[in-house]
Amino acid sequence: MTENTSETRAESDGGTTADPTNDEMVIETDVAGATDDRDSTATPDPIIRSRDLDVFYGEERALDSIDIDIPENRVTAIIGPSGCGKSTFLRCVNRMNDRIDSCRVTGELSLRGKNVYDDDVDPVALRRRVGMVFQEPNPFPKSIYDNVAYGLDIQDVEGDHDEIVEESLKRAALWDEVNHQLDSSGLELSGGQQQRLCIARAIAPDPEVLLMDEPASALDPVATSQVEDLIEELAEDYTVIIVTHNMQQAARISDKTAVFLTGGELVEFGDTEQIFENPEHQRVEDYITGKFG
Amino acid sequence: MSGDSLEEALTTRTANAPPELLSRSFFFVCAALSIATTIGLIVLLTTEAAKFFSFSAPLVGVTGETASVVEFLTGTNWGPTEGNFGVLSLVSATLMIMIGSSLLALPLGVGTAIYLSEYASPRLRGVLKPGLEILAGIPTVVYGFFAIIYITPALQPFVPGLGTFNILSACIVVGIMIIPMVASISEDAMSAVPESLRQAGYGMGATKFEVSTGIVVPASLSGIFSSFILALSRAIGETMAVTIAAGSTAQFLNVLNPAAYTERALPMTAAMVKLVGGDVTGGGVAYRSVFAIGITLFVITLAMNVISDLVAQHYREEY
Repeated sequence: MTENTSETRAESDGGTTADPTNDEMVIETDVAGATDDRDSTATPDPIIRSRDLDVFYGEERALDSIDIDIPENRVTAIIGPSGCGKSTFLRCVNRMNDRIDSCRVTGELSLRGKNVYDDDVDPVALRRRVGMVFQEPNPFPKSIYDNVAYGLDIQDVEGDHDEIVEESLKRAALWDEVNHQLDSSGLELSGGQQQRLCIARAIAPDPEVLLMDEPASALDPVATSQVEDLIEELAEDYTVIIVTHNMQQAARISDKTAVFLTGGELVEFGDTEQIFENPEHQRVEDYITGKFG
Repeated sequence: MSGDSLEEALTTRTANAPPELLSRSFFFVCAALSIATTIGLIVLLTTEAAKFFSFSAPLVGVTGETASVVEFLTGTNWGPTEGNFGVLSLVSATLMIMIGSSLLALPLGVGTAIYLSEYASPRLRGVLKPGLEILAGIPTVVYGFFAIIYITPALQPFVPGLGTFNILSACIVVGIMIIPMVASISEDAMSAVPESLRQAGYGMGATKFEVSTGIVVPASLSGIFSSFILALSRAIGETMAVTIAAGSTAQFLNVLNPAAYTERALPMTAAMVKLVGGDVTGGGVAYRSVFAIGITLFVITLAMNVISDLVAQHYREEY
């Protein structure tokens, strides 16, 4: 299993975050392949960390002993063929798997050091800290405003909701298109707009982590590129974990890439550039170059 | 294959083949029969009712005793044997049954639907839903007796002066009868709400209650309203249970006065049963008042169905 051998942020555009705890991580090296002196054990506070994470659906194993450290304020892409467990992993993070009766999870998955599968963790409270965007845009049959304000309402978020709604829509690059029709139904928007509305809805309560399950797979190319741009921008303030089928997409927008292969194994995890240019495992190379999968 | 036989194969019309023709005709006859029956009933109801009213009786060639349509629609005194045809006292009783049973059945029915759709495990739902439908299949006369031998005695310690026959227990028993209809139709509407909307809600950190009441119920409002209207129509049209439970004393009551619900009353359907069952002999004006009540009832339920369609369209959610 490959651990992150390099914390170098290969892309030069995303390192503007102001979070002081991550200064070290976002130092611009701009040179692919340059390494610093930290190995995986010294990774500064991965926001999500799993050890020995197994997931079963009934008797069927969906994830096989996943160890991963997902860094904060980065885009981490999870790629792999259908049925490799990438969505399952994503749904472990906010315990959406709890809704599936036959699903059983063992091992550890922690968010900022707290194992979310501990008995005292309330999945509802967890999901309030971990936002999620789904494959199909799924706005509520409510107004655009009410869609974005939904999380604020149920969580009783303090502050001016009008302001937060506006701010979230701006961040989701949707404000200019909808600011004159906040009262009209979210379902009247186009597919791409609906997905950006869902992103605005997810970020409005200011979650720690944003999970995205193939968020662009139901969108046309123009809408896809808008959503991709948005994801890169969001990474300045959020930790984004995105599952995608589309390897070009993973290469374009992510800092880190995890490759899951059939059998629910995490085969390789590292800097996106390294995974795509020089993967350690032959199977990963075969998958990326399209020899299988 | 030669070109000729291909052309022959392509141009043979299957729609006119004998089995097709026969089955098409059979299904057409089925459809036509049920429509014809409906039309026949409406025609009968209208012509018979026309014989009752003084303004229309000459048109259908009836002479003799008739009643004024204004008196019929505005009068509050019902006594067909004495020539009093004020339908409002019957309408008030019917309205009370409708209101009382709705107060019980609509919240309970929607609550049941929410439980079945959102909370119950698939196995439990598999048991409960057929159970509810059995409730809907019990003959209504049984409900009537249930009201007088069980509900009324059970209420008497709490409601002073409650007689054997009263509107309250009729309301309760009709409410029990229409719960399955509300629950079943509402549950269908809630189950049709796409799972992706629930996922979105749970993904936002909503509790089960918040998802049920804030997402699923609003998204299925059109179905829930339809179930309300159908249930109300059923409550209005319900006959045997109210005939037995509410008594047979026609009196005009204040629908909004809770104390009035302890009284006896004669709902429209029960009045019709009473008339046909023995009060009057065939042919007279009292006999024809049955059809006058009938058409009034028909107009009310028809209006409810039209309203139901309009409401359902207005609230139709495209998810």
